[in-house]
Amino acid sequence: MGAQIRVYRQKITSTTSMRKIFKAMELIATSRIGKARARVSSSLPYANAITRAVSAVASQSEIDHPLTTEPEQIRRSAVLVMTSDRGLAGSYSASVLKQAESLIELLREEGKEVKTYLVGRKAQAYFDFRNRAFENVWTGGTDAPEFETARDIGKALLAEFNTDFEDGGVDEIHVVYTRFRSMVLQEPTVIRLLPLEVVEEEAASESDLLPLYEYEPEPEMVLDALLPRYIESRIFAALLQAAASELAARQRAMKSAGDNASDLIKKYTRLRNTARQAEITQELSEIVAGADALSAS
Amino acid sequence: MAELEVEIVAADHFVWSGAATMVRARTSDGEIGILPGHAPMLAILAEGEMAIEPVSGERLLVSVDGGFFSVDSNRVVIVADNAKIGGNVSAETR
Repeated sequence: MGAQIRVYRQKITSTTSMRKIFKAMELIATSRIGKARARVSSSLPYANAITRAVSAVASQSEIDHPLTTEPEQIRRSAVLVMTSDRGLAGSYSASVLKQAESLIELLREEGKEVKTYLVGRKAQAYFDFRNRAFENVWTGGTDAPEFETARDIGKALLAEFNTDFEDGGVDEIHVVYTRFRSMVLQEPTVIRLLPLEVVEEEAASESDLLPLYEYEPEPEMVLDALLPRYIESRIFAALLQAAASELAARQRAMKSAGDNASDLIKKYTRLRNTARQAEITQELSEIVAGADALSAS
Repeated sequence: MAELEVEIVAADHFVWSGAATMVRARTSDGEIGILPGHAPMLAILAEGEMAIEPVSGERLLVSVDGGFFSVDSNRVVIVADNAKIGGNVSAETR
């Protein structure tokens, strides 16, 4: 009997200390989300300016740039998967990986070879565990990505893209990341990075129409310089969104873990009290029975 | 007189915006000065310093390490990989 109480007491103590950890992690995630969202919005002016410029160049000049022209047949694709470094974020990494798996499946069905590039230790662990090959992995700082990382990734992907198929290059590049819609909604998203599908912006008013630019030095050279930056900024934007999503997912997961811990503590406390009461009752009845036996004799 | 509406953005943050009477920049071909009413253009920035004459206040020197800038209807958007305001920044830093 006493053993049971002790077991419950141990469970209560350990659950309480776990709840403290969950609470702390929830608070940390909450405080970082604000910063992550601010970074998303502060990267917007750059992304907008670059998108506008790329749209202007791509829509007006008939330039045959390798980055914008669709290859006649796509035989090999690269997939960049953005997950988190750390767990304890609910289904965050799992749902990105699931999305990536279905994309890879789809590409394979279309008869394309797939090369995978990973961001985050979770993706690396997933691929390592299944003994699957990947080309490259970037880890560290998925919850606060640096522009340098985006630049590295962009360079690596562009290099692959500029290599011929025969030499092991790829014909198209997809990115799987989690889009931050709101604090309660983040969705795994797939975008095709290359060849470019320049998003045509809706011209809101006359003044928003793209002007006829003069180029300096040459349109081709302008595109040469613009496109890598455009790619980098797209990757960076995706990284930032993924970071904000990761933190939001972690906050939610930790919140429900904390709530569950509270429920468990309540349940164990009840059970412990019942056990204690049962013990007291039994002791009492033993004493009463003993006294009865003594007085009867 | 018309003014230029200048905006400087770096990869991960906003740097400066304001009205100016002239922007001087270094492109890969050489220096270029932009006054109000300039034809729309899109040019590659070379590494180095660019100068902005704000409507009020002292000249603003900005060091950039590559990027590009666009001009259209008196709106200058400078998109730099990395931009740092250097030199005389005592006035007109918003």
